[in-house]
Amino acid sequence: MSGLGDTATDTLVLAERSLKRIQRQPDLLTAFTVQPIMFVLLFVYVFGGAIEVPAQFGDYTDFLMPGIIVQAICFGGFTTALGLAEDMQRGLIDRFRSLPMSRIAVLTGRTIADIGTNALQLVVMIVVGLIVGFAFSSPPLEVVAGIGLMLLIGYAFSWVFAYIGLNVSSPESANAFGFMIIFPLTFLSSAFVPPDTFPAALETFAEDINPFSTMVDAARALFINTPAGNDIWASVLWCIGLIAVFGYLSVRRYKRAVAS
Amino acid sequence: MRSVAEYAIETENLEKSYGEVRALCGVDLRVAAGTVLGLLGPNGAGKTTAVRILTTLLPPDGGTARVTGLDVVENAAEVRANIGLAGQYAAVDENLTGAENLEMVGRLYHRPRPWARERADELLDRFDLADAADRLVKTYSGGMRRRLDLAAALVIRPPVVFLDEPTTGLDPRSRIALWESIERRRAAGTTVLLTTQYLDEADRLADRIVVIDHGTVIAEGTSDELKRRVGGERIEVTLADGSQAETAISTLAALACDKPSREDGLVSVPVTERRGAIAKAVRRLDQAGVRVDDISIRIPTLDDVFLTLTGKPPEPEVPEDGEAPPDEQREAVQRETEGAVR
Repeated sequence: MSGLGDTATDTLVLAERSLKRIQRQPDLLTAFTVQPIMFVLLFVYVFGGAIEVPAQFGDYTDFLMPGIIVQAICFGGFTTALGLAEDMQRGLIDRFRSLPMSRIAVLTGRTIADIGTNALQLVVMIVVGLIVGFAFSSPPLEVVAGIGLMLLIGYAFSWVFAYIGLNVSSPESANAFGFMIIFPLTFLSSAFVPPDTFPAALETFAEDINPFSTMVDAARALFINTPAGNDIWASVLWCIGLIAVFGYLSVRRYKRAVAS
Repeated sequence: MRSVAEYAIETENLEKSYGEVRALCGVDLRVAAGTVLGLLGPNGAGKTTAVRILTTLLPPDGGTARVTGLDVVENAAEVRANIGLAGQYAAVDENLTGAENLEMVGRLYHRPRPWARERADELLDRFDLADAADRLVKTYSGGMRRRLDLAAALVIRPPVVFLDEPTTGLDPRSRIALWESIERRRAAGTTVLLTTQYLDEADRLADRIVVIDHGTVIAEGTSDELKRRVGGERIEVTLADGSQAETAISTLAALACDKPSREDGLVSVPVTERRGAIAKAVRRLDQAGVRVDDISIRIPTLDDVFLTLTGKPPEPEVPEDGEAPPDEQREAVQRETEGAVR
C-alpha cells in the first residue's frame, strides 16, 4: 500500500496538473473573478444605497466586502467539481484507479490546487474592495488570520465540490448543482443584508443555522473589528466538520467510482 | 518476491452482477505469459466487466482473478504496479500536452521525474507523436489520442497490458498503426488481453481467442480452431450453365472431404487442403467440359464463427470518422451501466 510519502508525491503531481490547466484556461479563472467583482459593483453602487446597515459597520461597503469575499471563496472550489466531473466523463479516473498511486491523491491534488487559485482570487477581491472604498480596521495580525480563515473556508468547500463533482454526470451539471446549493445559502445569510430585516423564519435560519452567516461574521470580526462572539471558532469547527464529512464521502465515492 | 505464475492472467469462475443483470456468470480465462488473448463478444457480453475486474477497478462478486500470480483483490496494489490499461476511450488529459500526460503517468507509477520525462520522449517517438509532443492534447485527432492512450498504458513496460476495444472508432490507418505497436509489445514478451468487436483485429493479433456472450465463455481456441468449428474451407464454383451441376459435383468428388452441396448454379465443395485446390478443380472441370463463370476458395471468417456460436451477426461497426464515436459510445455504455446499477 502506498505510504504517506507516496500520497504527498502523488498529490503534488496532480496539483501541478490542475494548476497547469488554470494557467492554460485563463478564461476559467477570469469567469470566477469577474463574477464576484460584478457583485461588488452591483451591491455597492446599485443596491447599497437602499440597504441600511447597523451603525457599527460604518458604511455598506465595509459591511458588504467580507460577505462577498466569503461567497467568492466558497465558489473557488468549483474548479475541483469541474475537474473531477471531467475526469470521470473522460475515463481518466479509470486510468488513475488502475495506477499504483495513492487513492486519495486524485482528490487532494485537486483541492490543494484550489488553495492556489483561491489565494489569487482573494488578492483580486481585496484589491477591488480597496478600490471601492473598503478599509481594514483590525490590527494587521487579525487581518492575516482572517485571510488564513478565508483559505480554510475555501479548502473546506473544495471538498464539498469534490463530492458534487464525483456525483454528477457531467461538468455542466456540476456547475448547476454548485449554484443551486450554495447560491441561495449565501443570500439567506448575513452576507448582503442584515438578517433582522428578514421575515422571522428566515431570520432564525440566517442567524442561528446558516454557517455562511457564521463565516461572514467571523470575516467581519477579523477584517473590520466587529465583535467576534464565537463566530471565529465556530467557523473553524464548521470547516473541519465539512472537510471531515465531505472528505470521507468523497473518498468513499471515489473508490467506488466506475467512471460511470 | 513474486510467485512464479504459470499464467500471466488467470481467472476462475469469475462472477459479477449489476443488480439484476448478471454481467459475468463464472468465467474461466487462462493467458500464458507473452501471448495475446482476444476477448471477443457483442456489446454487453461482459468483456469490459472482465477487464475492469482484472485491472482492480471493480471487485468481483465471486471467483478469483490473478494477474502475474497476484490476486486482484488481495494484492490489488501490487497488481496495479504490474499492469497497463488502455480503455475504450482515450483516458488522457486534454489540458496537458502529450509529453506532460506521459510524464504524469510515469510519476504516478512512482518513477523519478527525469526517468518519466525520458520515457515520455521515447514513447512519443515510438508512437509517431514526437512532433505533437508539446501540443495540448485537445488539439489532437482521435487517432493521436488513442495512440497517446496506448503509450500511457506502456509507460513502465508492464508485463501485462489490458486493451479494452483499443481501435473502436479509429480510422483504418490509425488502426493498423495501433496493431503494429501491439505486435511489437508481444514480440517484446508482454502479455496482452485485448477485447474487441472487430473480428479481423482478433484474427490478426490474438494467439488465442475467447468468445463470450451473456457473461459466459461460449468458445475458445486459436482463430483456426474456431474457424474449423464452423466448417473448413470450401471451393465455390459458379457455373455458367446450372444444368451441369451434377457433372460438376461428380467431377470434384475426388477433392471433397465432405458432401458437396449445390444451390442453383453454385456448387460448394468442402476441402481439407486448400493449396492447389483451385488449380486441380479448374483442370478437372475443364476436362469434363463444365463451363465455369467463377471459382473461389471460401475461408470461414470469425464472422461466421460469431454467427454460428451466438446466433447473431457481430455488432454493426461504428462509423469510422475517428472523432465523434468514442464519446457517443461512452455515453451509451454509461446509460447502460447506470440503468443496470439502479
